[in-house]
Amino acid sequence: MAHVTTGERKSIFSLFNFIALIVLGVGIYLTYLRFAGGLGAVTNLSDYNPWGIWISFDLLCGVALAAGGYVTSSAVYLFGMKKYHSAVRPAILTGFLGYALVFLAINYDVGRPWRLPYPLVVQQGTTSVLFEVGLCVATYLTVLFIEFSPAAMEWLGLKRARNLVVKLTILLTIFGVVLSTMHQSSLGALFLIVPSKLHPLWYSSYIPIYFFVTSIVAGLSMVIFESTLSHRFFAHKMDETHLKEANGVTLGFGKAASYVLAGYFAIKVLGISSGNLWHYLKTGYGTWYLVELLGFVALPSLLYAIGVRVKSLTLIKWTSVLAVLGVILNRFNVCLIAFNWHLPASERYFPHWMEIGISVFIVMIGLILYRFIVTRMPILYEHSDYKDAH
Amino acid sequence: MSISRRKFLGWVGAAGLSTTIGKSASAATNKHFAGYPDSFAILHDTTLCVGCRSCEAACNKVNDLPPPDRPFTDLSVLETRRRTTTKAFTVVNKYDNPKKSGHPVFYKKQCNHCLEPACASACFVRAFKKTKTGAVVYDPSVCVGCRYCMIACPFEIPTYEYDQALTPRIRKCTMCHPRVIEGQLPGCVEACPMEALSFGKREDMIKIARERFRKYPDRYVNHIYGENEMGGTSWLYVSGAPFKALGMREDLGIKPAPELTAGALSSVPIIVGLWPVLLAGIYAVSKRKEKFAQTDQEEAVASALDKDRSEQSQPEEES
Amino acid sequence: MDPIFYTLQDFMTYTEGVTYLLVIATLAGMTVFWWFLTGKDKD
Ligand code: SF4
Ligand code: SF4
Ligand code: SF4
Repeated sequence: MAHVTTGERKSIFSLFNFIALIVLGVGIYLTYLRFAGGLGAVTNLSDYNPWGIWISFDLLCGVALAAGGYVTSSAVYLFGMKKYHSAVRPAILTGFLGYALVFLAINYDVGRPWRLPYPLVVQQGTTSVLFEVGLCVATYLTVLFIEFSPAAMEWLGLKRARNLVVKLTILLTIFGVVLSTMHQSSLGALFLIVPSKLHPLWYSSYIPIYFFVTSIVAGLSMVIFESTLSHRFFAHKMDETHLKEANGVTLGFGKAASYVLAGYFAIKVLGISSGNLWHYLKTGYGTWYLVELLGFVALPSLLYAIGVRVKSLTLIKWTSVLAVLGVILNRFNVCLIAFNWHLPASERYFPHWMEIGISVFIVMIGLILYRFIVTRMPILYEHSDYKDAH
Repeated sequence: MSISRRKFLGWVGAAGLSTTIGKSASAATNKHFAGYPDSFAILHDTTLCVGCRSCEAACNKVNDLPPPDRPFTDLSVLETRRRTTTKAFTVVNKYDNPKKSGHPVFYKKQCNHCLEPACASACFVRAFKKTKTGAVVYDPSVCVGCRYCMIACPFEIPTYEYDQALTPRIRKCTMCHPRVIEGQLPGCVEACPMEALSFGKREDMIKIARERFRKYPDRYVNHIYGENEMGGTSWLYVSGAPFKALGMREDLGIKPAPELTAGALSSVPIIVGLWPVLLAGIYAVSKRKEKFAQTDQEEAVASALDKDRSEQSQPEEES
Repeated sequence: MDPIFYTLQDFMTYTEGVTYLLVIATLAGMTVFWWFLTGKDKD
């Protein structure tokens, strides 16, 4: 692992600060345009294409990539894999930030964000899958906040409250898994209502299960990917346990991701068979489907497996990038590329640069918050007052 | 007390409890739902339609819509394929007749007022409601603007005011619900000079359509579009050309939209009921294993210590 | 006094509404019952 020296780190961070400043400046301006002029002012959305990248990337990918929280905490606290303990806090933190940013992004996307509580308090559209997604995401965001809070409380020195919350760990973890199972799969179930608009290769009655299983892949891969990044930039913040356990986390999570991907590959193929969709594979969309299935599911599964067998951390780390891209590609395919496939090209959607700008802006806010928190709170190390308190 | 009761009623859906209390008890089973009895429908006979756009003009007027880009008397717009917009709740399109070239067919497009609306099923604030007149009406006072209804509608009808910053609404045909409850005809039906549009009880409209099939078997394709599509709609169409030639989808199936998501929704209680049991079980097992491992380790340490001690003591005895 | 429904949509709005209430109650109930079940356990 190439550790960055102090001097280098300074220059990297000042470059980061510079870019961050530009992104924030542009983002604030775009925010003004969005709320002063409506969605039409900054997006390419249309009556045929009501959902763009703020849903496909910020919501669908955001929630999937933030799955590391429930995956890691359940592995450690429920399945008893204590050797991954040091991975829990960073995973919970990114999960919490991820969901918070999803919530932020939703405020840009919906027409009247101040009415977001309406489905809960004014009139409940209980037949809507979106109702369930909203309910679960809101609850889970709260759960993640509580799960994250001990780190903040240790930083602030709130010993009593911190110990109280830590007592709830198991309960919160179980809640997290229940809620995640529901809304990760429900994000896929959102598309069950559109058999006539989504290409048959992607439309499947299994789609909720596909979304749930890929969220596990995304969670595992993101933990590996993030730990690679934080080793590069925040190694000085890590304590010995974290550094010692990190390779084990990479190997173990790589192994798990490989097998989950293998299972996912299997159910995808079974899905084609049960829908009798073989003949679609010969079409253009079929080729694209195979690219996704072979290049972004089968390949990462295999590469992870090789990486685990030969104990190549580098290979596993690069594979995690491929796996994460695979999940992103899948969400884009379902929500944008294979959606409205029956329409002529002139009616299809391509994001406006300002939509991308807002998405980048939101990711940047996440990076800044992450940096702010890990450089201050006991995330990558254990607070000296609370050693072996878990 | 009364407040919490009202809240509860809100939760379980005003549709269910407050409006329809009383009457038979056996209705609340998972059987076939036939829709509101005596609800209205509109039959569009495309063989009578001449593409005059009078219906579009009338629609614009009764709904107080902004003036159109091109006047309603300009028939050249029929050449391009148009869809519903925030400014036009209905559009008439012209299609080549594959059976008789030189005799184009016209098809008037607007919300089909489904018997089991996908838009209503998808809306998480219940902004859409199927009324007993047959109209599917929208309530902008609760709409959040998530646009899931637009995703869900298989006929691609709802439109959205993308240019509104603070009060964007979904816009679509109301089947002239406000006029109908006052005993008036929908604007388009009233305006049609060719009687291509008929308004009445849905059952009667289906009967009329069948009657026309019987009388003029050569003029029609023997299918009423909307009788069963997506569980049936309150707009019905008959045509001389295959419906596909009119840009209408024939692959929608007859399954009503709420059924498409019913399975996924019903997995929620299963997850909530069983997951905690499963996870708590896994937790218990892993904790037990850990405990055993700990005792094992303690025993191992203890016996090692014993051995150590006895080994140490032996030489002492010898000496 | 069971309500009468004309559409599947209304029926599901009602039944799902009740289900959601029960689901919330279930989550709370399972938690409390777990505490009751294991409350006397050592450690
Ligand atoms: S046609 Fe579309 S908008 Fe109209 S009732 Fe049916 S689902 Fe709703
Ligand atoms: S845009 Fe409005 S009406 Fe449509 S689903 Fe969302 S809240 Fe309901
Ligand atoms: S007014 Fe009647 S004849 Fe004229 S376009 Fe409309 S439906 Fe056709």
